Amino acid sequence: MRLRHGWRVARALLVSQYALMLEYRAEIVLWALSGVLPLIMLGVWSGSGAGAGAGLSPQQISRYFLSAFLVRQFTVVWLIHVFEEDALQGRLSPFLLQPLAPLWRYLAAHFSEQASRVPIVAIMLLALGLVAPGLLWLPSPRSLLLGLVAIQAAFLLRFLLQVVVTTLCFWSERAAALDRLLLIPYLFLSGLVAPLETFPPAVRRLAMATPFPWMVDFPARLLAGEEVNATLGFAAIAAWCLLLLPIGRWLWLAGLRRYSAMGA
Amino acid sequence: MASWRHYGRSLRSFWSTSLAAELEYPLNAVIELVSVFGNLAGSLFVLQLLFAGGSSLGGWSWDGALVVLGLYTLLDGITTCLLQPNLSRIVNHVQTGTLDYVLLKPIDSQFWLSTRTVSPWGLPAIGAALALIAWASSRAGLPSPALLLLALALLLASLVILYSLWFVLAALSIWFVKVWNATEVLRQTLVAGRYPVSAYPPALRLVFTLVLPVAFLTTVPAEALLGRGSLAWAGGSLLAAILCFGGSRLLWLHAQRFYTSASS
Repeated sequence: MRLRHGWRVARALLVSQYALMLEYRAEIVLWALSGVLPLIMLGVWSGSGAGAGAGLSPQQISRYFLSAFLVRQFTVVWLIHVFEEDALQGRLSPFLLQPLAPLWRYLAAHFSEQASRVPIVAIMLLALGLVAPGLLWLPSPRSLLLGLVAIQAAFLLRFLLQVVVTTLCFWSERAAALDRLLLIPYLFLSGLVAPLETFPPAVRRLAMATPFPWMVDFPARLLAGEEVNATLGFAAIAAWCLLLLPIGRWLWLAGLRRYSAMGA
Repeated sequence: MASWRHYGRSLRSFWSTSLAAELEYPLNAVIELVSVFGNLAGSLFVLQLLFAGGSSLGGWSWDGALVVLGLYTLLDGITTCLLQPNLSRIVNHVQTGTLDYVLLKPIDSQFWLSTRTVSPWGLPAIGAALALIAWASSRAGLPSPALLLLALALLLASLVILYSLWFVLAALSIWFVKVWNATEVLRQTLVAGRYPVSAYPPALRLVFTLVLPVAFLTTVPAEALLGRGSLAWAGGSLLAAILCFGGSRLLWLHAQRFYTSASS
């Protein structure tokens, strides 16, 4: 009974959010375009001899960055920006009256946005294949499947991490600025701008101890068909999620008690 | 003459009020400082990885590449100070209909929209960038006064180009009301300016010169600072600046004819 109810709520949320996202398709095209950073870095790395120095062939480099591009496209999290505005303008209050935790609505919005990105990313890949035909390849079914699962796992980890930061919106009017700080280690330690193989061993060990490499490097290398310890990767993501979940929950409940609907 | 004074006086009161408003958030200063130095450290780290394979990147020495990175950081700081706070707001004016009031003011609307606020949070980036440029270019050999002047002129041209790109994208919101993050796309693709344009494969180099003039933003002024400025590139830069600014002005005049206010 509960299960059927949950399914109905999830379907209603996803369908309505997907319809909403389709209204914003021009914006989603721009969002997808703004994720070109791995492709720019592919340009720089393929022109530099540094990849070969780390034992990476040109093909490995191009497959890695193309995979990183896909990972980036489907792990985008913008919760904090929407939530900050909703909290500041009091739109959160009606959500709180409904018998559904508001975070589910935001999660559904993220999934719908991912779905509406699929055709746009496909067109971008097609265009890339036309310009540089040697760049595209078909991953093996195993790496494709594992890669897609890893992308969703990485997305959940990013979402949970941002939930923790987002709850600070209850205490500060400008919590979104804090997200910019979090973006720095994400940018440089996740493997988005440089493959982790090229890092000096000490820096690499340090990076692996943070949640960031599991958000890009791990799914990208799975997708690119590299040798990866998949069990370790999924276990690491699960461990980080289990750590963040109670923190996020506790902060959320504490924040809700403070929330007084802006202006009240 | 009186109108120049009028604009100068307006600018002074715009900026003093917006500075006072921004200083209400002292925590932002800390966040910005950390973010500037974090970003700079990360960029240096990646640059050093790229140089691990050899002693040059697209024919540029380490010091030369540092000058390019410094110029990129400088432009990024100016973006945070002036472009982002003003131009990302145009879309809100269109959405809520307050653009009507802007158009009614006895002052040029493009001027008002482009200069209304100023944010001090780009200053740490500007300071760090100037220090990096001075240090790296003096290590590469101090430029002669004439070349320094040329570099300053080219930097001015690159600022005009950067402003025009931002303004054009922001003004497009007259037609696509929902495109509230179009300017973010620009910020993400301009990241390409962190590296000298010759570090990219030939096809991308062409794109970054003719389509999205990233080359004129950082590479061309850096070449002048390093004593390698050529008349052809300087002329190209000037031409690009004039074309971009003229284009932004024409687009704005054209856009106003299409503007039909929020509710109609």
